[in-house]
Amino acid sequence: MVITGTRKGIGRYLAETYSRRGFLVEGCSRGEAGWEAENYTHHQVDVSDERQVKSMISNVAKRHGRIDVLLNNAAVASMNHVLLTPARASNRMFEVNVTGTMLFCRDVAKVMIRRRYGRIVNFTTIVAPIALAGEAVYAASKSAVLTFTRILAFELGQWGITCNSFGATPIMTDMIRGVPQDKIDAVVNNLAIKRLGKYEDCTNVCDFFMSLASDNITGQVIYLGGIT
Amino acid sequence: MNKEMALGIVVSCLKDALEQIDSSIREVNEETVIVGQSAVLDSISVVSLIVDIEQRLEMDHGISITLASEKAMSQKSSPFRTAGVLAEHVCATIMEGQAA
Repeated sequence: MVITGTRKGIGRYLAETYSRRGFLVEGCSRGEAGWEAENYTHHQVDVSDERQVKSMISNVAKRHGRIDVLLNNAAVASMNHVLLTPARASNRMFEVNVTGTMLFCRDVAKVMIRRRYGRIVNFTTIVAPIALAGEAVYAASKSAVLTFTRILAFELGQWGITCNSFGATPIMTDMIRGVPQDKIDAVVNNLAIKRLGKYEDCTNVCDFFMSLASDNITGQVIYLGGIT
Repeated sequence: MNKEMALGIVVSCLKDALEQIDSSIREVNEETVIVGQSAVLDSISVVSLIVDIEQRLEMDHGISITLASEKAMSQKSSPFRTAGVLAEHVCATIMEGQAA
């Protein structure tokens, strides 16, 4: 299993949980993981760097001969009013969130094709469907991930590879720690289930998409908290 | 890797690709057209073929390359047009990778 963005937050939780469950987890982040676990191998990779991604996936394929699951979690956000967003910040969000997702899907799918089997889950966000002010560029990049995933499902379906997206409700990670509390409260109050997201919400959805029985679940998105 | 070896891999993968689509074509050689007029494969089978060649190079020879590179895709004449041209492209891409 390959998981991106595993140094902290949701990615770390996913990597720790699945490695504990016996999956051989290959994770990555730009820097060192800073933590260790049995069944877990860390790679220092910038997900937007084509060469580095290819090299990591090639290394994983050589050691394991197969990849069954890809969880594309790595992302960067810059929560700014669009009038205060520099082009560089915007470009970086698209490089990591969109190009990074594409590169991992491309190179991992090439390995999955060998066995005519694979499960890909790309992480998106509820801030796109709720059109949250202050998140315009981040939401736009995640909308791109959603569209990419829907079409990817059609491109890879013939090889038994399913591709789905998942948008969690806000979880207290570093990514949203800088967001004002009243803004987070406003988002939570507009959900059907009025609570912050939990890490377990993520594994619950990933488990469903990863299940052997989900071979006909593809091109779908699941948002939590009642968002559609 | 020399052209003869690369051609062997291309031809073997091409035969597999033809089998996958239940093609009646069994004779494959350097001149077999892969892309363009009189091509023996449809576009999605070409994708399969390219991935298969990359994967075989990696698994059997420990060579990791991307055949659909930016340079390859921007060439006026497709580097995938015939089995022979594709074999040359495989060799050139490996050499570029070694030089980099």
